[in-house]
Amino acid sequence: MAEPMVRATQVRKCFGRVEVLRGIDLSVDTGEVLCLIGPSGSGKSTFLRCINHLEKIDGGELAVDGELVGYRSSGSKLFELRDREVCRKRAEIGMVFQSFNLFPHMSVLDNVISGPVRVKKVSAAVARERARGLLDRVGLADKVENYPNQLSGGQQQRAAIARALAMEPKLMLFDEPTSALDPELVGDVLDVMRGLADDGMTMIVVTHEMGFAREVGDTVVFMDGGVVVESGPPETVLSAPRHERTRVFLSKVL
Amino acid sequence: MRHPGRWVASGVILVLVAMLVNTLVFSHVTRGGMVEGRFQWPVVWKYLFVAPVLRGIGVTLELTAIAMAVGIVLGVVLAVMRLSPNRLLSGSAWIYIWFFRGTPVLVQLTFWYVGITYLYPELTLGIPFGPAFYTVNANTLVTSFIAAALGLSLNEGAYMAEIVRAGIISVNEGQTEAAQSLGMTKAQTLRRIVLPQAMRIIIPPTGNETISMLKTTSLVIVIAGADLFTATQNISNTNYQIVPLLLVASIWYLLFTSVLTIGQYYVERYYARGSTRALPPTPFQRLRRDLFRIRTEPVPALAEAPWVAPHG
Repeated sequence: MAEPMVRATQVRKCFGRVEVLRGIDLSVDTGEVLCLIGPSGSGKSTFLRCINHLEKIDGGELAVDGELVGYRSSGSKLFELRDREVCRKRAEIGMVFQSFNLFPHMSVLDNVISGPVRVKKVSAAVARERARGLLDRVGLADKVENYPNQLSGGQQQRAAIARALAMEPKLMLFDEPTSALDPELVGDVLDVMRGLADDGMTMIVVTHEMGFAREVGDTVVFMDGGVVVESGPPETVLSAPRHERTRVFLSKVL
Repeated sequence: MRHPGRWVASGVILVLVAMLVNTLVFSHVTRGGMVEGRFQWPVVWKYLFVAPVLRGIGVTLELTAIAMAVGIVLGVVLAVMRLSPNRLLSGSAWIYIWFFRGTPVLVQLTFWYVGITYLYPELTLGIPFGPAFYTVNANTLVTSFIAAALGLSLNEGAYMAEIVRAGIISVNEGQTEAAQSLGMTKAQTLRRIVLPQAMRIIIPPTGNETISMLKTTSLVIVIAGADLFTATQNISNTNYQIVPLLLVASIWYLLFTSVLTIGQYYVERYYARGSTRALPPTPFQRLRRDLFRIRTEPVPALAEAPWVAPHG
């Protein structure tokens, strides 16, 4: 088996004196869809943010596509990467946020081309052409010139997905992408994500949508108290959990 | 009558306006045995466009432009420094702001003009503690214009720093994270994502600062700054027409602050893109609409106007 896309060994993270991640072990293969579930405060989002170095880890080892996140190992020592190198690696990882975080001062189209044009130095014309294709794919072909606040939550989140995809990432991180949406808008966003998974995108999805995890996830990981409690195929974890804590959690959300 | 209070208030205001027009235009007064118009508008008119006044306007506008341009650049640099995690950078920005905000600008202006030449009669360009390449007499270098521009700019930088900092920290942290997750550098994030959004907070007080600066330039009279106010004062010192020349200065200051106010309105509109769903019409657009629409039916309430975007 080749090197996994994401490999975490004993990843630790503290906020002040609170240890939020207490030794996470986990790996994600290329093309795999991993769904992270668990109660709030269990460290799922923090772990996700560690993967593209929005948070620095305080211990353990985290590698994406065989390269350490945020650090360079030389001999037995670790050196923190310079800003520019961190940026180069982030550019290969797409991230979708719970609160969309579209840039409100730009049209939807400008949001989508902002990454390719500013970071990858793609010409604006080429970027625009590709962006239109992506927006068409997420069902927003008629909204390219609108500003984010003229869109519904579901439309904004699909635009945010298009913006992340415009960087042609090798890994997509979703941080509770549907948690801020009205129930009837959730479906459109999940459809787009399902399409991505079908196309073979490697995805890590922090979610409370158990239906999505069951249907689309290759692996479901249940986290609680900063550790991985159990992981496995959705049928096992969601239908026949081995741990009491998983069972209690599932009985509350299902 | 349905609104007696409004009628009374309107009546009072009309009387006051009539009194104002009368005293401004029609009333006369005896000065030194001569009957003349109270406000001597012919004298005002005579000096409104004389060459020294126009030159003074040039200096005033130049000083305003220089002080604001340098002040804004300095303010952005200082604001970014203050928000830096590096203690040396944030500390030195803090001390700069503390000093320049904590001393009167009148004192600073005098200091730059008089103090510098007293403390450093010779200004030297060279390697610190090393050889000098070029030395110049401070008296020839620091003219009153340079001292004025320097004093006003450095002072303005301190105020702008606080305005810019308020703008930057008003932008949601999620914006920075989204930009960084796309791979943008810190500089790109600041320039492309954070500052444009901070502008909405930064512009209104900056407009105030510009208007205030236009008037603050009149302080350079203490260092013979050759600005508008210095020019009108110089004239009235020779012809003793003190009030008419104060009016000349006031008219010009008012004209330029009015222009700046209008400019500020349109700049604010530009940076409001994306923050309101539909921009309200400008006064001119409203006027045109009112002039060219025959009002046969009541105007629809603005609350149900076109910005209710379709959701779905």
